Amino acid sequence: MAELTYRQAVARGIGQEMERDPNVVMLGEDIGAAGGVFKTTEGLLARFGPERVRDTPISEQAIIGAAMGAAMTGLRPVAELMFSDFFGVAWDMVANQIAKTRYMTDGQVSLPLVIRTANGGGLRFGAQHSQSIESWTMAIPGLKVVAPSTPADMVGLMAAAIRDPDPVIVCEHKALFADKADVPDGELVEELGRARVRRSGSDATVVALAAMVPRALAAADELARDGIEIEVIDLRSLVPLDMTTVLASVERTSHLFTVEENPRLCGWGAEVVSIAAEEAIYSLDGPVVRITTPHVPLAANPVLEDAQMPSAERIATTIRATLEASR
Amino acid sequence: MSTDVTDTPAPAELDGDLGLRMYRTMLECRLFEQRTHELFLAGLVRGTTHLGIGQEAVAAGFATAMRDDDYTFCTYRGHNHTLARGVPMTPILLELVGKQGALMGGKGGSMHLTSVEHGAMGSYAIVGAHLPIAVGAAWSAQYRGSGQVAVCFFGDGTTNIGAFHEALNLAVIWKAPVVFVCENNQYMEYTPIGAVTAVERPAADRASAYGLEPLVVDGNDVEAVHQMAQLTIDRARRGDGPSLVEALTYRHGGHSRADPGTYRPEEEVKAWLARDPIPAQRAALLKGGVGEEDLALIEAEVKAAVAVAEKAAREAPDPDPATAMTQVWADGGAAWRS
Repeated sequence: MAELTYRQAVARGIGQEMERDPNVVMLGEDIGAAGGVFKTTEGLLARFGPERVRDTPISEQAIIGAAMGAAMTGLRPVAELMFSDFFGVAWDMVANQIAKTRYMTDGQVSLPLVIRTANGGGLRFGAQHSQSIESWTMAIPGLKVVAPSTPADMVGLMAAAIRDPDPVIVCEHKALFADKADVPDGELVEELGRARVRRSGSDATVVALAAMVPRALAAADELARDGIEIEVIDLRSLVPLDMTTVLASVERTSHLFTVEENPRLCGWGAEVVSIAAEEAIYSLDGPVVRITTPHVPLAANPVLEDAQMPSAERIATTIRATLEASR
Repeated sequence: MSTDVTDTPAPAELDGDLGLRMYRTMLECRLFEQRTHELFLAGLVRGTTHLGIGQEAVAAGFATAMRDDDYTFCTYRGHNHTLARGVPMTPILLELVGKQGALMGGKGGSMHLTSVEHGAMGSYAIVGAHLPIAVGAAWSAQYRGSGQVAVCFFGDGTTNIGAFHEALNLAVIWKAPVVFVCENNQYMEYTPIGAVTAVERPAADRASAYGLEPLVVDGNDVEAVHQMAQLTIDRARRGDGPSLVEALTYRHGGHSRADPGTYRPEEEVKAWLARDPIPAQRAALLKGGVGEEDLALIEAEVKAAVAVAEKAAREAPDPDPATAMTQVWADGGAAWRS
């Protein structure tokens, strides 16, 4: 067992897979000599050399397109988009090409590739370097999407994403990079599409993702002081989506909340609650509430950004009020 | 980076067999597409088609210079390039008419013809997308040491989209074994390319920006195209990096099936029709001593192949609607819940 930061866990997961499979290669801006602008790929160039850890120009279409071409011809590329907002620059490659080519060719083309990207807000970077884009990617058939919340999950989900035969988007949350936790030694491989219950509770089910998981857990501590025990589920993977774990929890708690960093409209939680409405409506004893960033761009100013993103306090207040009103 | 072509060995003499092979390939493209167009008008082919009638020499000249395991990347105007890699007509036509036995199960259609086993790595319908993808395939070949080359065909209009420039730069700095082939058919969809481009030669005049030599070839002269293909493919295969070729050619018809192409001056159309690559190659072969009966035999065989494909297309059943839900993922299915 070693203590690792979330940022070190990125390199640990990639390195583990590069060690076992020579077809795993990396490409992206500043990932080699510089070790990544978030220092997530530090040490990999020294370990695996410039043939496998390729620095690229600022050419997001070329980075993601080249990853696709390499994946369809036998490699397992891990491409970095420095900020997830840059999906906007490479969206044709992601949404039109990578997501659809297996289907359009009736399975002739396989695309075992990973696009990893620094996602999310809280760092005062402003509206073009802070977005939560996981809901953009999950809206496109043909893409798998994961968003780890802990260092151990980062290692295991990164490994699973690299081994997966389909394209996987790995959202690395910028606000979690400095978080430290124990990570087991040896090879770690998680399974895509498995949510994890981070805290058990009987009064409400709270589904969260990435940086919203620690905030939901902080809200749980606060609510527990009032005798309210919430169950916090870390969704971890949006595609595949583990509704089995969520619905089993809702059957026990009869209340459902989502905590989403994304702007309100069409966030992942909308899909989660619509499935719950279809399949678990008779288990519910109160309104289902989505706690999200409002439908506005994120501001750079700390006071404004903090007012926008769901805080532990807002999560606790919303849950408390909703449960009281449902009694 | 210097990419001087004068130091490369002269290509092997074009032998008679090769000339006939290229003639057959061009004819397969021509007769297949002509029949496709007729079947479109008859309501058998659905959706849209983008024909390459008039541009066959580019496909035939390059495909005959490629190794079996080389990669072709092309655009939605991709029937010619797919046929030229040896993909049989019948599954292609079944794809176009949407029947069982189709090349991609009916999921792709005319704009996405792909046959990985033939090295036809896809027809790409968003302008420019396949240039970076071809660089990635070439990078993969380089990394694996396979000696494969990627040849990437695109239209003149592509030279004005960002992906073209990103791909060229990346290919050069990585010395990727890729040959970029601009089929300059003079029009980006409905607009003359000269009206929307800062330079006269949309591809060749951009080459120097990437340290590449400007290479222009008569795209209606199949033997000239083939020589250029050998030169540039050999260069890529021996590790000397990418090339950018501009092949001057002409689309006999409009942009797509919806376009009669009436915006083009009559004189211009006439002049290019007189330079049709297929009669030109036929005349060259006859002049070179090939017998009329040999050409007639090829023509009869190609016509028969088109007829066989058409018969299959008319008789094949519709696909099973359940197949609409297959092959989203590598497990063959479409499930998004675990």
